[in-house]
Amino acid sequence: MIPAEFDYVRPGSVDEALAALREGGEDAKLLAGGHSLLPLMKLRLAAPTLLVDLGGVPGLSGIERANGGWRIGAMTRHVAMERETALGLASKVAGTIADPQVRHRGTIGGSLAHGDPASDQLAILLAYEGSVVVRGGSGEREIAAAELFQDYLTTAVGDDEVLTEVRLPALDGYGFGYHKFNRRQEDWAMVAVGALVKKAADGTCEDVRIGLTHMSSVPLRATAVEQALRGQPLDANSIAAAAEQAAEGTEPPADLNASADYKRHLARVLTKRALADAAA
Amino acid sequence: MTAVEPAPGAEKWVGQALRRKEDPRMITGRGRYVDDQVVPGMLYMAVVRSPEAHAKITSIDTSAAAGLPGVHGVFTAADLDLASPLPMAWVPPGVEIKTPEHWPLAKDEVKYVGQGVAVVVGEDKYAVVDAAEQVIVDYDPLPVVVDPEKALEDGANLVHPEFGTNQVHEWTIGGGDMDAAWAESEVIVERRIVNHRTAGAPIEPRVCIADYRGDQLTLHLTSQNPHLIRLFMAGELEMSEDRIRVIAPDVGGGFGVKISHFPEELLAAWISRKVGRAVKWTETRTEHMSSTIHGRDQIDYVKVGAKRDGTIVGLDCTAICDFGAYFTLLTPFIPSFTGFVISGCYKIPNLNFTARGVFTNKMATDATRGAGRPEATHLIEMMIEQLAHELGMDSLEVRRKNFIPKEDFPAEVAIGIVYDSGDYHGSLDKLLTHVDLDAFRREQEELRAKGVYRGIGFSTWMEICGLAPSRAVGPAGVGLQAGFYESSTVRVHASGSATVYSGTAPHGQGLDTAFAQIVADQLGITPDMVDVMHGDTGTGPFGLGTYGSRSLAVGGESIARSTGKLVDKAKQIAAHNLEAAPEDIELVDGKFSVKGSPDKGLTLAEVAGAAYVTMDMPDGMEPGLEASTFYDPENFVFPFGAHACITEVDVETGKVDIVRYVAVDDCGPAINPKLIDGQIHGGITHGVGQALYERIHYDDDGQLVTGTFVDYALPSAADVPSYETDRTETPSPVNSLGVKGVGEAGTIAATPAIVNSVIDALRPLGVDFLNMPLSPQHVWSQIELAQGRGAPGDPGKQGGSWGEHGSGSAGSGPTSPSEGGAL
Repeated sequence: MIPAEFDYVRPGSVDEALAALREGGEDAKLLAGGHSLLPLMKLRLAAPTLLVDLGGVPGLSGIERANGGWRIGAMTRHVAMERETALGLASKVAGTIADPQVRHRGTIGGSLAHGDPASDQLAILLAYEGSVVVRGGSGEREIAAAELFQDYLTTAVGDDEVLTEVRLPALDGYGFGYHKFNRRQEDWAMVAVGALVKKAADGTCEDVRIGLTHMSSVPLRATAVEQALRGQPLDANSIAAAAEQAAEGTEPPADLNASADYKRHLARVLTKRALADAAA
Repeated sequence: MTAVEPAPGAEKWVGQALRRKEDPRMITGRGRYVDDQVVPGMLYMAVVRSPEAHAKITSIDTSAAAGLPGVHGVFTAADLDLASPLPMAWVPPGVEIKTPEHWPLAKDEVKYVGQGVAVVVGEDKYAVVDAAEQVIVDYDPLPVVVDPEKALEDGANLVHPEFGTNQVHEWTIGGGDMDAAWAESEVIVERRIVNHRTAGAPIEPRVCIADYRGDQLTLHLTSQNPHLIRLFMAGELEMSEDRIRVIAPDVGGGFGVKISHFPEELLAAWISRKVGRAVKWTETRTEHMSSTIHGRDQIDYVKVGAKRDGTIVGLDCTAICDFGAYFTLLTPFIPSFTGFVISGCYKIPNLNFTARGVFTNKMATDATRGAGRPEATHLIEMMIEQLAHELGMDSLEVRRKNFIPKEDFPAEVAIGIVYDSGDYHGSLDKLLTHVDLDAFRREQEELRAKGVYRGIGFSTWMEICGLAPSRAVGPAGVGLQAGFYESSTVRVHASGSATVYSGTAPHGQGLDTAFAQIVADQLGITPDMVDVMHGDTGTGPFGLGTYGSRSLAVGGESIARSTGKLVDKAKQIAAHNLEAAPEDIELVDGKFSVKGSPDKGLTLAEVAGAAYVTMDMPDGMEPGLEASTFYDPENFVFPFGAHACITEVDVETGKVDIVRYVAVDDCGPAINPKLIDGQIHGGITHGVGQALYERIHYDDDGQLVTGTFVDYALPSAADVPSYETDRTETPSPVNSLGVKGVGEAGTIAATPAIVNSVIDALRPLGVDFLNMPLSPQHVWSQIELAQGRGAPGDPGKQGGSWGEHGSGSAGSGPTSPSEGGAL
């Protein structure tokens, strides 16, 4: 597995990285953990002419709680999120990504900016209604999760921008559940469902957010299920009834292991299970 | 089983679970694999491969590639001047095999995706891969044949039009009278059992370094078969065999795929001679998936007839065997192994097995772990449980009723093969000491009431290995063009340690340790005083390769015999010194002493000292202490065992989890139980891989869609359970060690235990048969079908029309090859 020829730079700051991106032109690519990009390069499915390695930029990793939310540096490794269990759902999800080697190298920012709809944290960011912070030549801007994912491997982060931070609301008091279905432990999700549920004092559903992974070319919210469940009791029957709508509005890509219909079926089953965990 | 280093001076080394001698080197990164090696001045080679499954090559433009910096040459078939094509070694008497010439690069047509079309050599491995992308090949696509059954239909597109058919051969083995069997049968069950294509997938892919200098060719190669590779290359390159040295150093797994002789090592050698530089080629994983042999790929039409009391009267199997487009070393021979064990553990008076080979536009199939016997066990053990269900009997009762009883051994089965030894009832009995079947059935019922579906499946298996008596499989027997003995040399050094030179060479099995244990016991020294050398045709004795679970039963016996000769000589030297008769000398506590006087005696070092200094020797005795043996076994050996698998199926998603897997195996007396456990665990994992995960998949256009480990679902340790293992020990009368092979046993045994278990779990839902692999979608779709919910398409199954259900005696049968008219 030998990639095409490329140049490599390791800037010491975000500004230097931005400058390198500008100079590198359209075939320059940022390198974070490398666990999506490098395999694509080895298979020659991607052939960037310049890699700008963010590994030497200080201050891009770390997890901190501030102003009722979480700020997570873009270069934070999956394993660091896995260990920060106070993150709740996002921590649980991080612990399911691929295998330990990948979790020790792969980063949250790289994963989100890559925009692979089979990756775990994209739909979770949607469900949290979180955002990312990006920096470009003209300064910093914040992109809401709902605006971030535009198409398969395509995000709102510009080619000349660096994703620097991920922001999640704390969602204290939400229960959560995550059910990922794959053939092998280390595989990308065939389908995955993350659910966040806030119970009202009377036990009914005050709020619910559900993220669907790999049910379209972009991560999705299961809005029909959310609408059906909000204000309803959180018993098994009501969850099961709501979960029946999990595949509404999805366009799951079929592959060798799963037809579109099977994926729709899985989305319903996994939504039911994730909601049951979140409501427990 | 926990390994304990026995105290030095323990009574016997054989039977001890010693840690592997080779492991400290391996696990500290000090192994020496081909890709680690650098020959000064070596060039790198990259292969331009066909993206087409079948096409005419209209032009190849190498000029752009050849002009790139660092490129030393670009070669196509037109440049090669080889004396002969790549070999296929099976010439069965009286059977016609249509054998296409297999050249290392495609001449006018490509016939499978991944076939080599051109090669580039250059200064570094990056330059040659870049240059390979610049070789412009124009293809004119031709019709493609992918489905082996459609390939046999009239008017099918032909892979090799010169043959006028896609059928390679028809080979039959049988005994008894099938017509009488069916007339006598009270119940007949037929099934169409698909044993799909898989990859060997060793962690180390294929690698070679060919270094031609001074009229000598040295080839470093990831091979299970260095001596035969030398012989083949001598012919192809028209070189005297003595001028070729093939070295297989540490080899990182083989699983059969490194037995064959492949195009790349021949190309590297030819180019090295041409350009006067060493040439290295390292296979990528994607190349491994497309251009290294695959295994299995049989569609078995099976019919079994029995009496109502469960007595099996006859079994017939016609196997449609997808061989791909060209043959590697043993391609058409592999299904014959299914035939050799078509009787399984059972006394079946009427048997027939017919293999029909088929050309398709795919990579060749050949031997992978088990080679034909996993297919046999799968179809037999599936049919036993299908039959038992049809009869309303417990499947273990059907097995017990038909087992060859212990007292019948050596037992000749209806096809004329004589099983050496066995105790099939004993093996099953021991398994049931670990698995409480009644308790499981109670638990199963309770769980079903809660919507939890668990099942149990069995596999009482046997196999044929220890290849092989040359008279049986050589040119005058089955028709392989070789002998199947092993040779060895054992040298005791002047200071009393020993070196074993072995013709057979390990690629992960731990043979260094097992051989050292055998020799240490025979010589009265410790295993760490025994070094084992192998894999180098320049320094070691001749060997016929490492496959077919033969290294211990054949190579180990050869070593034991060589060592025995040394012991005889040592006794003569000791007798001379102790003024006794040689027949009165025995080896006790590391000393050659006179019976009854253990205090006075000579250690091996003292004997060796006498032999090398040449004093105190019997008159006329040759100096030195070294002996060699060529050992050709009288028969195969026949390991066996009983496996049980308990699975739980998530019926909402179709996902199968293995809850327990218990294996009782018998490979004769254990030389090293730890090595046996290692082989059994790995072997079962191979079976789990095929049953649940792995499948080489070509789409309808002949495109390989499982070209990486993302798509080819090789399980990892995280995906398989820990297995529970136990043993029985039934010695083989064939060799002095009593041993049978174990390298393939787990793989041969495992798949039907798993699939039977899943069927058992799902019978309440109406699922009564399943073909592999049991991917979640496949299992789910079969549940949906059985529940009358008509599952959506299952893209994971080749040619969605592959029927899953055969018939019971009352049902409508599958389209059998004899009545379908298509064949």
